[in-house]
Amino acid sequence: MGQIEWAMWANEQALASGLILIAGGIVATAGRFAQWYFGAYSIVAGALVCLLEYPRGRRSKGSTMERCGQKYLAAVVKLFGPLTRNYYVRAVLHLLLSVPAGFLLATILGTVCLVIASGIYLLAAVRGEQWMAIESKPKERPQAEDIKQPPSNPPPRPPVEARKKPSEDEAAGGPQVNPIPVTDEVV
Amino acid sequence: MRNWLANHWFSALWLLVWMALNAFLFAQTFLTYEKSDNYYYTREILGTALAVARASAKCLNFNSMLILLPVCRNLLSFIRGSCSFCNRTLRKPLDHNLTFHKLVAYMICIFTAIHIIAHLFNFERYSRSQQATDGSLTSVLSSLSRHEKHKDSWLNPILSPNTTVLYVTFTSIAGLTGVIGTLALILMVTSAMEFIRRNYFELFWVTHQLFVVYMVCLAIHGIGGIVRGQTKDSMDESHPHNCAQYYEKWGDDDSDCKYPQFEGKAPESWKWILAPVILYAFEKALRFLRSQQSIVINKVIMHPSRVLELQMTKPGFRMEVGQYIFVKCPSISHLEWHPFTLTSAPEEDFFSIHVRVAGDWTENLVRAFEQQHSLVPRIAVDGPFGTVSEDVFQYEVAMLVGTGIGVTPFASILKSIWYKFQHEDHNLKTQTIYFYWICRETGAFAWFNDLLISLEREMEELGKVGFLNYRLFLTGWDGNVAGHAALNFDKATDILTGLKEKTYFGRPKWENEFSTIATAHPKSVVGVFLCGPRTLAKNLRECCHRYSSLDPRKVQFYFNQENF
Repeated sequence: MGQIEWAMWANEQALASGLILIAGGIVATAGRFAQWYFGAYSIVAGALVCLLEYPRGRRSKGSTMERCGQKYLAAVVKLFGPLTRNYYVRAVLHLLLSVPAGFLLATILGTVCLVIASGIYLLAAVRGEQWMAIESKPKERPQAEDIKQPPSNPPPRPPVEARKKPSEDEAAGGPQVNPIPVTDEVV
Repeated sequence: MRNWLANHWFSALWLLVWMALNAFLFAQTFLTYEKSDNYYYTREILGTALAVARASAKCLNFNSMLILLPVCRNLLSFIRGSCSFCNRTLRKPLDHNLTFHKLVAYMICIFTAIHIIAHLFNFERYSRSQQATDGSLTSVLSSLSRHEKHKDSWLNPILSPNTTVLYVTFTSIAGLTGVIGTLALILMVTSAMEFIRRNYFELFWVTHQLFVVYMVCLAIHGIGGIVRGQTKDSMDESHPHNCAQYYEKWGDDDSDCKYPQFEGKAPESWKWILAPVILYAFEKALRFLRSQQSIVINKVIMHPSRVLELQMTKPGFRMEVGQYIFVKCPSISHLEWHPFTLTSAPEEDFFSIHVRVAGDWTENLVRAFEQQHSLVPRIAVDGPFGTVSEDVFQYEVAMLVGTGIGVTPFASILKSIWYKFQHEDHNLKTQTIYFYWICRETGAFAWFNDLLISLEREMEELGKVGFLNYRLFLTGWDGNVAGHAALNFDKATDILTGLKEKTYFGRPKWENEFSTIATAHPKSVVGVFLCGPRTLAKNLRECCHRYSSLDPRKVQFYFNQENF
């Protein structure tokens, strides 16, 4: 299991935990359960966790599939610099966020899941992993601009030499309009 | 749409029946708990949430029974084999076993969510009625646990007003197994997300073994019997229709109505999952037995770019084209079995796999075989599994497209076609093959390259040059590669591959390919086989529709996305 990037799994687990916290919080608040204010907290905490975890970090080896529309959130997450890059911070943050939700049955599942995610992030941090934004790939292949411009003269065209300097040969007669003055250098 | 239905009607029917059974079980259980009299008093406290929780539980039992079946690969092979007289379309769903497994898993997640939410409401209501002091029916019912005479026939599992729901959850079997089982389920699902599964397969595989925890928790979840209904004797004595309104007089000597007695329901989950668990255990036992059989490694070949070819024989091993095997190397790991497509043809007297380094286990395997001075490591093999790609032989003209690693099953197919052709096998209807090989760079597939070269040579010797037409497309080219190719334009063999066919750069223009084939074979049925990404499948399917002639006697393209 040496090549596993634990942060990737921690990310999926934390995202799932956020959703479970939100769901449990909604049930507790809507049903006006006892101590339902913990449920309200859980909705907010869950939303925060989801927003933080939605942008997937870059894998250190290989290409990474972005989640749909994560660009905007990724820009925000990047702004916080070391706070969001460092996984120790994330592990502690998730641990702290999960505690209040542990007082209510409806949200305790979210708490346990988030604690597990926090543990996996701790493991990732110990192994030196970091959150890195996915760079958008620059265009690789040269497009059609590299193809040289097609000739601008219609045929019959004077030979290449004539286009570079005045032709030595007689220019082909006829109704052709010579774009380049053709002179007879024969003295 | 009509084409899709013609090919997939059985799978669609299967899914429809499955959904209908789920709906039926849900509705029937819901109505039972919502209407029947023995749960009258329970409903007084809990309301409709009782019926929702029980109905979702029934569906959970049903789906937990189903989930193990699609991964009993030997069972599926057996069904496939014994139904070989059946129409191919009937056996097609067996190829999509993993898709069904995932659908059932999603259904389990949905019903788990419904079940948990309903029980959250149930616990909350039980808690409220236990703490109510207004002498209402619900509080009388909840106080049964505190009466000396009725301690065992309680209704409310929250036994006293001081007990919290958290306490009951974590001290009752149902609550504890529920939380642990759900946790196991969540961990399995998050590690089975496609991103994790494709890139960190070992993590997915190890975490997925938590299914044992899930099954055990499911089996013992209902032992506590905290869903309670009125006993039959109690109903005969004091039926709720007669006695519910006179709850204040229960226990009075002059009243006809006695206190209602309640009993828990016996657990039934174990009945649902027993058979699949036994079948799955049988599969594992079979795998263990097979792993004890001796495999003889005839040849070990190291190909360029660290691709290891193992040619093996095993007594009694019979394979078909397009199948795969699971391989274990005990010296690397005693628990891990990894799947590999077979690259040999059934006509050969050995079976082979080509292993490319793509992770820890494969790295260790290749390294173990690279040591030339130590003993060759022992290998265990389970299989072969998977669908037989026999359809390839049924088409007069076959168009085979393999991208990247998807080219591996075609090694087996091409070799088999060649053997059948040489021996003039009557099952082989193929007259011409067009093979498209698309990859970023040939490095890791140099062995396939060599296979094509040798096939090319053999065909020349037999004078059958037009039988196999192949085109190689390198999508990972740059200016240098193209320049080099342009300089060596008039050499007889391609400088990159050594094949007579020149390498193309970039992706194929399918419209051109299809129209060329359509003009070359105006009256044939062309089978198109792909082992590659979904986007390409969509592309090819569209081309098949577009270039199939409206006249059924003229050229027809049939697209087959095989599951390799």
